[in-house]
Amino acid sequence: MSTLSREENEMVMMSSEESSNDSELELGLGLSLGGGKAKFKPPSPAAATAAGGGSWDQYARILTAKDFRSGVSTKTSSSSSSSSSSVTKANINGSCGTKRTAESPSSPPGLGVTLFVISLILGESGTTLDKISQVVGWPPVRSYRMNSLANNAKSPVTKDFFSTVDKCKSKNIVVDKNNITKEKGVRKTSLFVKVNMDGIPIGRKVDLNAHSCYETLARALDDMFRPSAAVGPRRSNVDEQGVVAGTRQSLQLLDSSSDFVLTYEDKEGDWMLVGDVPWEMFLNSVRRLRIMRTAEANGLGGHDVKIRFELEFERAWKIVLLADVTK
Amino acid sequence: MDPEPKKPEDSPSNSANSHTPVQPPSPFPDEVLEKVLSFIDSHKDRSSVSLVRKDWYNAERWTRSKLFIGNCYSVSPEIVARRFPRIKSITLKGKPRFSDFNMLPRDWGANVHSWLVMFAKVYPFLEELRLKRMTVTDESLELLAKSFSGFKSLSLSSCDGFTDIGLKAIASHCRNLTELDIQDSVTEDVGGGWLSCFPENFASLEVLNFASLNSEVSFDDLERLVSRCKSLRVLKVNESITLDQLQRLLVHAPQLLELGTGSFLQELTPRQYEDIESAFSNCKNLQILSGLWEANSLYLPVLYGACAGLTFLNLSDAPLQSGEFAKLLAHCPNLRRLWVVDTVEDKGLEAVGSSCPLLEELRVFPADPYDRHHRDGVTELGFLAVSRGCRNLHYVLYFCRRMTNAAVVTIVQNCPDFTHFRLCIMTPGQPDYLTNDPMDEAFAAVVKTCTKLKRLSVSGLLTDLTFEFIGKYAKNLETLSVAFAGNSDWGMQCVLEGCPKLRKLEIRDSPFGNAALLSGLKKYEMMRSLWMSDCNVTMKGCRLLAREMPRLNVEVIMDEESDESQADKVYVYRSVAGPRRDAPPFVLTL
Repeated sequence: MSTLSREENEMVMMSSEESSNDSELELGLGLSLGGGKAKFKPPSPAAATAAGGGSWDQYARILTAKDFRSGVSTKTSSSSSSSSSSVTKANINGSCGTKRTAESPSSPPGLGVTLFVISLILGESGTTLDKISQVVGWPPVRSYRMNSLANNAKSPVTKDFFSTVDKCKSKNIVVDKNNITKEKGVRKTSLFVKVNMDGIPIGRKVDLNAHSCYETLARALDDMFRPSAAVGPRRSNVDEQGVVAGTRQSLQLLDSSSDFVLTYEDKEGDWMLVGDVPWEMFLNSVRRLRIMRTAEANGLGGHDVKIRFELEFERAWKIVLLADVTK
Repeated sequence: MDPEPKKPEDSPSNSANSHTPVQPPSPFPDEVLEKVLSFIDSHKDRSSVSLVRKDWYNAERWTRSKLFIGNCYSVSPEIVARRFPRIKSITLKGKPRFSDFNMLPRDWGANVHSWLVMFAKVYPFLEELRLKRMTVTDESLELLAKSFSGFKSLSLSSCDGFTDIGLKAIASHCRNLTELDIQDSVTEDVGGGWLSCFPENFASLEVLNFASLNSEVSFDDLERLVSRCKSLRVLKVNESITLDQLQRLLVHAPQLLELGTGSFLQELTPRQYEDIESAFSNCKNLQILSGLWEANSLYLPVLYGACAGLTFLNLSDAPLQSGEFAKLLAHCPNLRRLWVVDTVEDKGLEAVGSSCPLLEELRVFPADPYDRHHRDGVTELGFLAVSRGCRNLHYVLYFCRRMTNAAVVTIVQNCPDFTHFRLCIMTPGQPDYLTNDPMDEAFAAVVKTCTKLKRLSVSGLLTDLTFEFIGKYAKNLETLSVAFAGNSDWGMQCVLEGCPKLRKLEIRDSPFGNAALLSGLKKYEMMRSLWMSDCNVTMKGCRLLAREMPRLNVEVIMDEESDESQADKVYVYRSVAGPRRDAPPFVLTL
């Protein structure tokens, strides 16, 4: 099971911004595969099913021609060409995952076949529901409300490990020559969490959706909590090697030998070390962050144990769901 | 400056103007008429008054102190300034409602600045400004803060464009501020420093709502502010305020009528738990409760002591499960309004039916609008249960994944007094899930049974028949929202030819074309606005409409991808101000 989850993450990471623009893949949340008329090219079934997560039964969907056709518009053919404006494409913007560079979206054939076979076995359970995420402004729920509910809604027994793609996605705004900004994809604009650092009374907030991996997050936190005398380009050139003379030492939050360690409180209220789990999984469970002195953080552990237990539990549930062929 | 500008020479007793027909002299002296009219508040009544005769028009305009402008583009600041000399309170609404759902490009308009410039010149004694769906920049807020020395009340609902710079200006300069109410603002990080800018001796605040701003504020400054403002009756904090901090605020302000809590998730010691419980019990006047982010069964009980008098419980930020929800409801027998998330499911709604006999308004929001987690949410059964127990129900907003005609028929039989019926079956074009029929019968029952119906939102699989019924029976309908519905132009025509009181019509993704659009020629001038997006309307049809009806603004919002001849987004509204002067390049006024 953990193997599958790793590969599943690989799928997600492989989708890159350029390729999704080229092929208009619907690698969004509800595996929305429809929408976009003439420009649409059917994605490789495996990539489409795997990316986007949701619960297990979304793997179990046979991808029929219906999935590749247009979305929910009820228009007549004369206006079908112009209906694409009402249908947005939920693009993954390649922000999920770790250090992998952009690759082509085609998944390793072996895994692709496996997933496709699984989907054939399990039968069709998908409906037009997945297409809802393509349509701008539908259902008519305000975006601020969607953000806060998505963060707070308790999931039932099965924790959605794989449904974190949406949280990875930042608002994908396209600015065209007429200066119209359009939003593509689901409006999940920000995921602000509180960050406190030991010894500093005022907390800050950081938008996790503005980051795609632990490195950029650590860098951002470093900038926030480490007042530096140096002015000027402090950005990605602030490297992990040693102290720059004249400025305070960077916090080295992901370096276990540092004085400070980055921890987070998860949905259960447990404090965990940041960096152990895949980024999407982290986004799904993080409530708030704390930069702790290493000395105090020694009690934290058992993280692997906790995760392993949860994975096994999840696996047991999914086997149960797999067995449910009829819907 | 003289706060009572002298009346100009056009007072009725002097009208020997040969252009106007000579009217018989008024039986009342102006002063009497004005005194009487000063008691009339409703802007609709005032509108009627102004149409009686010329002296009444003049008396009305001199005595009007509250202005309501439902569409900021229907009139211009100059026209308003000319007609009404003594305005103290203004309500301005801007963008069409679908902008809440990101259907309008950014920078579409509805910027309040030009209005404020005029207000600063003509209404220096302005006290209240209430804006909805308008763009408000920091520059505008600064202008506001500096131009009106007696300014008291600022309400921003669904507005955007400002940051804490503008709010700082308000906090620093508005010495007499009694109300700062920010609702449903955009989710960008506005910054929390503004709260610390209220002067140390500032104590007049009665309403403070910053629940939708997501930046941390200085709790110490907030606590001091709350303890100083003895008249505070509404306090809605944001999620950054913790439970134990809330306890301290409540100790300072037990007189609150409306409370929006901060985050409800915090590990409390038993002592802290007791403290917050007793703080809530001391809030004897609480009528409205909201916030409750991340509330769960562990800490909800601290609220119970404050719930006896609650009339409005807003749980739309607190997705609860049915069990904890039912327990909470048991303590709220006086609820009139309830907003919940569909995580409470049908079981939770059954508890509503049994615990809240006085309920008048129910809104059920979806926790998972895009159905990513395949949860059940609520169904027709929950709605039925509420209708059985809550016979006074007249306002409902219900998001669900399945519905039946039979259920809706029964529901409106149980509750025939609906004034607002907004049903959203979340999958577009979904039929009755039991019979597979269109949902025509459901909405037919709604309009036939609920004679007082003012607002209707339809959904599900609907044929033209639904619209025939609406046109025929919905005599009091003022607002109609349509999405993914209908078969042909005939449907929309029925609505436009029926529904005598229709004011706002918003349609998306429905097969109505030019014939339908043009069938409403006569009607649009009696309506506030029409919105049609992704229907079958073409530029040709829009141009025809614009040509025939010069007093309408027919605006087409151009989409980069769209076909040149299709009019993808059309916004039509009556206006005495002529075409917009601030239209961005992608808005075409025909």
